Amino acid sequence: MIKSLDPRITRENIEENYTIAPLVPMDNWETYEAFHQKKRGDQHMHVGIVHAPNPEMALLFAKDQYGRRGVTANIWVVKTSQVFCTEYEDQDMFETTPEKVYREAGGYKVMDKINKYKKEKNA
Amino acid sequence: MYGNAYIDPNEKPKSILDGEDPIKLAEFEARIARGEKIEPKDWMPREYRKQLIRMIEQHAHSEIIGALPEGTWITRAPGFKRKMALMAKVQDEVGHAQLLYSAAETLGKSREEMTNDLITGKSKYSNVFNYPAYTWADACIIAWLIDAGAIINQVANAKGSYGPYCRALDRICTEESFHLKYGHDNVVTLATGTPIQRKMVQEALNRWWPPIMHFFGPSDKISNHTEILMRWKVKMATNDDMRQQFLNMYVPKIWDLGLTVPDANLKKNEDPDNKSGGKWDYTEPDWDEFKRVINGDGPCNAERLAVRRMAEERGRWVREALMNKNEKYVLPLA
Repeated sequence: MIKSLDPRITRENIEENYTIAPLVPMDNWETYEAFHQKKRGDQHMHVGIVHAPNPEMALLFAKDQYGRRGVTANIWVVKTSQVFCTEYEDQDMFETTPEKVYREAGGYKVMDKINKYKKEKNA
Repeated sequence: MYGNAYIDPNEKPKSILDGEDPIKLAEFEARIARGEKIEPKDWMPREYRKQLIRMIEQHAHSEIIGALPEGTWITRAPGFKRKMALMAKVQDEVGHAQLLYSAAETLGKSREEMTNDLITGKSKYSNVFNYPAYTWADACIIAWLIDAGAIINQVANAKGSYGPYCRALDRICTEESFHLKYGHDNVVTLATGTPIQRKMVQEALNRWWPPIMHFFGPSDKISNHTEILMRWKVKMATNDDMRQQFLNMYVPKIWDLGLTVPDANLKKNEDPDNKSGGKWDYTEPDWDEFKRVINGDGPCNAERLAVRRMAEERGRWVREALMNKNEKYVLPLA
């Protein structure tokens, strides 16, 4: 029997060498992805996962895990198996996006044209 | 709370890169060299995956097992406020284990497999938790100095290359800053208290000093293996460098309280002409004891694992009752 400095452990009468059957797959259930919103008006942010047998318990665990400290307004959970993703392998499909200046306000030099027009008109 | 991954120095490193696709390997290394992170579904060398799983898993186990010696002090903590704080700290440590198990899972080892390897003694965890916490002062020294050591390791590893591990560590480091302050506050209370309190904290420090010096692991054998792991940003600093950083930050704080460190050779080498100038000299820790304890023969190894098995066994019927046989396991995303 384990004799511990902690009387609560000694009281449990645990054999030192006792073995237990190994955990089987899914013993710890499936995973849910958790999304945390700090305050109203903010985006929900992905913060990690929890293992849970159903959505209600996933929310409980997510509350403990990701809302235990700091500020929280709201939490979402979604089964990992229900999330669909792009592949990092295909990341190159986004490569030219930052080059498309015509999609940005800074891509339009209106004042340059106006100033040029005014200058020529008054010349 | 965790020191550094224990890698068996006798492990043969020769076949690390055998059979790896040279083009993919070059792309992988270039990505890391550019400072980009590796994400779960990216191609990665076998050895990278293996070492990361081992390291993150050991880290996760350390959080769980580390909560055991601390948890036993919750009911005996002096005063309501300290009970609340210690309970919060222990809860955080268990939460950190969950974050770390999740990060390791993304690499393809399930949480059930990791738990099985822990309770059969196959996986290691931080050696310090195989020592007992005799008094309240021991719990205070753990909260201050072991957490301090863990933070040094975790801050370094948070700059590593594997995305999920870095994200978990960022969160952990933020949360642990309170643990460190809480521990320091407790030690200061004892060190500035009555002669009995001072004596108690000094004795606890004397007991914990050898495990603290063991905490970061033996000197790294500078091998090919270490070199590759550092290039891949799996290992971010050598064990000796982390130990030096710890001594530099905390020995002055210990001395400041009028406490002594039980090592007559401990001093900072201030000689700028000496190649170890600016570094700390200390008595080489007893690495035979370290090996003996990490391989199972420490004062508390049997108790820690037995308690962990008991928890697993007694919770099993609840987990089984809630198990959904139709669900299929998928790897967590990130």
